[in-house]
Amino acid sequence: MSTNENKKALLRVEKLSMYFTTKKRGIKDTVKAVDDVSFEVYKGETFGLVGESGCGKTTTGRAIIRLYDPTGGKVYFDGREITGKLDKEKKKFVTDRIAMIFQDPIASLNPRMTVEEIIGEGLKVHGVKDPAERSKRVREMLLKVGLSPEHATRYPHEFSGGQRQRIGIARALIVGPEMIIADEPISALDVSVQAQVINLLNDLKEEFGLTILFIAHNLSVVKYFSDRIGVMYFGKLVELATSEDLFKNPLHPYTKALLSAIPQPDPISEKKRQKIFYDPESHDYKDGNHPSYHEVKPGHLLYCTESELKEWTKDMKD
Amino acid sequence: MDKPILEVKNLSVSFNAFSGTVRAVRNIDLELYKGETLVIVGESGSGKSVTTKAILGILPKNGRIDSGEIIYQGEDMAKYKEKDFYNIRGKRISLVFQDPLSALNPIMKIGKQITEALILSGKYDKKSAKKRAIELMEAVGIPKPELRYEQYPFQFSGGMRQRIVIAIALASDPEILICDEPTTALDVTIQSKILELINEMKAKNDLSIIFITHDLGVVANMADRICVMYAGKIVEFGTAEDIFYRPAHPYTWALLSSIPDLDTKEKLFSIPGAPPNMLAPPKGDAFAQRNKYALAIDFEEEPPFFKLSDTHYAATWLLHPDAPKVEMPEILAHRIERMKEANGIVD
Repeated sequence: MSTNENKKALLRVEKLSMYFTTKKRGIKDTVKAVDDVSFEVYKGETFGLVGESGCGKTTTGRAIIRLYDPTGGKVYFDGREITGKLDKEKKKFVTDRIAMIFQDPIASLNPRMTVEEIIGEGLKVHGVKDPAERSKRVREMLLKVGLSPEHATRYPHEFSGGQRQRIGIARALIVGPEMIIADEPISALDVSVQAQVINLLNDLKEEFGLTILFIAHNLSVVKYFSDRIGVMYFGKLVELATSEDLFKNPLHPYTKALLSAIPQPDPISEKKRQKIFYDPESHDYKDGNHPSYHEVKPGHLLYCTESELKEWTKDMKD
Repeated sequence: MDKPILEVKNLSVSFNAFSGTVRAVRNIDLELYKGETLVIVGESGSGKSVTTKAILGILPKNGRIDSGEIIYQGEDMAKYKEKDFYNIRGKRISLVFQDPLSALNPIMKIGKQITEALILSGKYDKKSAKKRAIELMEAVGIPKPELRYEQYPFQFSGGMRQRIVIAIALASDPEILICDEPTTALDVTIQSKILELINEMKAKNDLSIIFITHDLGVVANMADRICVMYAGKIVEFGTAEDIFYRPAHPYTWALLSSIPDLDTKEKLFSIPGAPPNMLAPPKGDAFAQRNKYALAIDFEEEPPFFKLSDTHYAATWLLHPDAPKVEMPEILAHRIERMKEANGIVD
């Protein structure tokens, strides 16, 4: 666990919005994939972003690293705004400092490039011109992620899923980023291999002092891995707290439903457990009764209206 | 105990591949009793799906049953011709697939897909089939079934599609339902609803279920008995409590301790290496190479099943009376202790 006493926000997301417009038979339709989302990620911590598919967690990650152009809002990294027009210098600033690990280890590696080319490409872009130097650093990085230097000349199809994800991690880390956005890095892997990748990410986080934005839908893993967790639902960040607090004090009904749905490897308590279901219609958000963010206690944010705030925080534990 | 309604004896399945013969399932025995949920767990490639495909006679063209019997209703289905399956498949034994989108025909209305199954069962004509289909849709929790009846699969969400697939599987009032990773493609909240639905349908329709998954956590609340498969063999089987509270095979230990639960703080136990190549299954215990508890004999001779209790068996030499005593990984021992404490169990 990182100490958040000297909280220094490495990444600050302010009112980030990402809308997609579709045009079907001339009728325009807007999908608010991410709507007015704000959070901070402190230096050295792992921030988990959870929610079901389609809630906008991946879009948030992609908008931060500028794979998408956000519709609105601002993102600051290390005090500098990285939204807005991307000039060459700003682009370099973003790509130098933030790297991304993708969900699908098959689709995210170019099948026609060798491992050395895939991992070394980032170095090339970052101005390491000497091929011998590049090759040396690629091999060092392969060792760090638990592969061997002989793997450098092979192609992605020769590797298993877990090994491919290691290649993806090596590619992200070789440019020496301060922050990693890991978008469901383990959901495509087999159970026994998932643990390998989680342990690797944990070790590398220590070694390189990384800050990680961890996007996932498996809550047990997110709880295990993250210091703080943000819960997203339909483009909104509905609750944000430290992982301990979130699991002890889930306040938003969606968070409660999500937590109650986590499968637990215990047949006796599983059979007794009461599941909670979330009904998005239960909110009364009409006629000026607009929800907003409330800090229910230090570090615990909740998206609700005034009346809901009272109702939900009634029996909050410390 | 009663006689099992489905019995698999010494089944072996192999595939002809370009590079040789893949021994996907090797000499497994299974019994399914009336009204129970039997869970088969294992990683990809462990042979769990192949086993159920062999039962239903839907192995791909390059696959074949090498040996063994599949006894159902007093007959050996392993010897069945394609024609013989017509009265079994989808009628007595139904299947729910992993991916609900590819299991449905994208250009056929949902209602038609359900009534198709009903009319094929021979018990319904067009009109009564529609009525029954709407009842089924209602039973699996589809709101506004009359409206949904006229819609296409793309107008349904993933969870709703899986509900439709379950409705189709139940249309002919089967005796056995085989669920092949039915919730893997779904979100946790939807997953728990679908699991609940399957449990509910099981109680209502008096089903026996074979449930395949790679995630032990998913099945804790459904399983009556669990088989753990690795590299085409069953390595341990027992009741859900046997497996979760008294696991005995190192592979089961590894599977259980590689997933974190909500109180896990320790470093996760990760299984080194990768599953063996089934073109040439290793000699001895297939898990030996990845097993830090492996004994010399594990590399030489396949372990037989050792009996732990009337319901619980495991195939590992560690249970041999002469074997050195080893403890399960600490992370797992701690969890089991926590579980016992939480549920007030004393040994």
